[in-house]
Amino acid sequence: MARPKTEVQQGTLALMVLKTLDVLGPVHGYGIARRIEQISGDLLAVNQGTLYPVLLKLEQEGAIASEWGTSENNRKARFYRLTRAGRKQLRTEREDWEETSAIIARFFTAKAEDLA
Amino acid sequence: MRLLRRFFMRLCNTAARQIDEERLNDEIEEHLALETAENIRRGMSPAEARRQAQLKFGAVEAIKEEYRAENRIRFVETLVQDVRYGLRTLRKSPGFTIVAVLTLALGVGANVAIFSVLDGVVLRPLSYPHPEQLVSVELSPLALDPTLRGMAPDDYFVFREQSHTFQDIGIYLETDSDRDVNITGFAQPERVHALNVTDGALSVLGVPAMLGRIFSRSDDSPGASLTAILTYEYWQRKFSADPSAVGKTIVVDGMACEIIGVMPRNFRFLDLQDLAVILPLGLDRSATHLGDFSYFGIARLKAESNLAQATADVARMIPIALRSFSPPAGVSRDFLEKARIAPNLLPLKQDVVGNVSGLVWILMGGIGMVLLIACANVANLLLVRTEGRQHELALRAALGATRKRIALQLLVESSIIGLFGSIAGLGLAAAALRFLGAFAPSGLPRITDIGIDSRVLFFTLGITLFTIFLFGLIPVLKHAGVRASLSDGSRTIGVSRERHRARNLLVTMQVALALVLLICSGLMIRTFRVLTQTNPGFERPAEIQTFRISISNSDVPDDANVPRVEQQIQDKLAAIPGVSCVGFSTAVPMDGDNRFDNVFAADRDYAPGTVPPLRHLLFVSPKYFQTLGVPVIAGRDLTWDDVYNKIPVAIISEN
Repeated sequence: MARPKTEVQQGTLALMVLKTLDVLGPVHGYGIARRIEQISGDLLAVNQGTLYPVLLKLEQEGAIASEWGTSENNRKARFYRLTRAGRKQLRTEREDWEETSAIIARFFTAKAEDLA
Repeated sequence: MRLLRRFFMRLCNTAARQIDEERLNDEIEEHLALETAENIRRGMSPAEARRQAQLKFGAVEAIKEEYRAENRIRFVETLVQDVRYGLRTLRKSPGFTIVAVLTLALGVGANVAIFSVLDGVVLRPLSYPHPEQLVSVELSPLALDPTLRGMAPDDYFVFREQSHTFQDIGIYLETDSDRDVNITGFAQPERVHALNVTDGALSVLGVPAMLGRIFSRSDDSPGASLTAILTYEYWQRKFSADPSAVGKTIVVDGMACEIIGVMPRNFRFLDLQDLAVILPLGLDRSATHLGDFSYFGIARLKAESNLAQATADVARMIPIALRSFSPPAGVSRDFLEKARIAPNLLPLKQDVVGNVSGLVWILMGGIGMVLLIACANVANLLLVRTEGRQHELALRAALGATRKRIALQLLVESSIIGLFGSIAGLGLAAAALRFLGAFAPSGLPRITDIGIDSRVLFFTLGITLFTIFLFGLIPVLKHAGVRASLSDGSRTIGVSRERHRARNLLVTMQVALALVLLICSGLMIRTFRVLTQTNPGFERPAEIQTFRISISNSDVPDDANVPRVEQQIQDKLAAIPGVSCVGFSTAVPMDGDNRFDNVFAADRDYAPGTVPPLRHLLFVSPKYFQTLGVPVIAGRDLTWDDVYNKIPVAIISEN
């Protein structure tokens, strides 16, 4: 039986959203979903709708801002962009994340003799 | 910061509702359209492309729900809903609502009113700086009557000079007859309440004058030029709040006194009411004899001293005072030593409030019981009402309302009743206090300190929550959990019997509490009746007029002439048509004047070392008893000849 694809936790998803907006600039919700899907190599099949509550939360926190625009197929779409506060948040969260993953990595590579 | 910002945005959204739903719908639509287009590009049929897009997006309703939860505050939303619903249902049964609210209003109102009295009279500290340092300093003659309290000038001088525990001490005269003075020199002569103090009696209170200054020791020294201090109220009334009043002169009992100060508006000397002027006693140390206990003392303790130390200190100084002064004529030093004079110091507040404190607490307890009865009553009403709503509750439960949700809704309804009841109760209490202010029972101390303030409001909030908790929780406990069926027929006997048990319990409690109250109030009424039926010792009080006169030194300088002037006044009064009889006395019955002295019977031998008891004394004129209608059982009345010839005569009381 295939292992179920990784459930994306809300906090992780928020970080991915911030990074996506950092790289792509202003983009609509679908664009963010596609980008996350592509980068994670389809491993991370986001239950795409869950993206929207996260976007709302980030916007209320002031990390991102949004406005109506026109999408590539000429439809009304909402475009999200990173704010200054969001950039700062991304930086600190990235540092936190790298620190955490480095610690976890060290734990997995450590051997018994290293501790002696 | 971020959390706060988010909270406020959500709060706003909760208020604004709807608006954001549309945005989400648009975004979802756009997302699905783009994904569908992408799928078609990959070669799917349009229908399949749309289906796949939807699958990938996830459950739209669930997302929407999550989005809403993110966007608003769920709890506030349901609460607003419940309050609206509660108000609507209560409006639909006005009879129930009015009765419940009124019942609570009475209970809460009575409690708030009595609490205001309790707080103002008993709980709150006196309104002087560092009130905990203030003590009343009195002495009691243990061998004669330990309940008597007073201070004598000789003790005052010694305490002032030799105490280790007092910052300062002062004495003052308090009895009514000593407090009244004539103010002349204005268009209308006036008789007002005055207070005679030594300089310390004012300065220990720590309240500075609003204008001018308070007495210094030199103002209070014998031979000093006469001075007076006005209270704020008298200054307003007599000098129209003119600041130049300080320095002017008023004539008090025929003596010109310079006004040196005006006390601030909220100043009260202990509990004296309607005070107009404060005068220095100007006691002369060299003319002071032992044992004139007609004064009262107050002192401020040093910061490091306590009441016990001060009591010991005073006990140490009493013998010093006994040795330092000579006894007055006719009293031996030995007699004063036999009286076993002992210190009787109290915190000043206890002295001011006195035994009213116990009474107010009893009242508070009784009124608290009334509140409990009110709560039981409302709880019962609510129970009956909720029972009638079984159907509705069952329907809500069937539609998926959780136990918590139903409980919250019942509680919200109770809270609305409780809130309205308390607001109405507060109004009642305010009205009751205004009434109390106007018709205060005499003898209630610190009446001016009673009012509705932040502490009372806090108390009201407290009992509101308490009552809501009491009566609101019972229906919740009984009904929120019961999964009653939708059909009436399935109500089993067991359930209804259980329900009746709660109601019976409430009724029993109510009756029990009411019975206790009834007995208590019955006893009080009985006491009151006995009191009103007590024979006061004089007849037809409605026909008796009492008033005070004083003959000032400047009018009749020679003391020997005073009796003649008195007789003339008596004759002139008696000549007024409608007046049948006139008499004078130093006091009239029930005015609280207490003059005591030791009475020795001439024909009896007193064992050495014993002291005859103190007796209540009265100085009267001829016809005094006749005027009051007090029967003279044997012997004769006084005559003016007795007075002029200084014949030593006395009339004794039957009991």
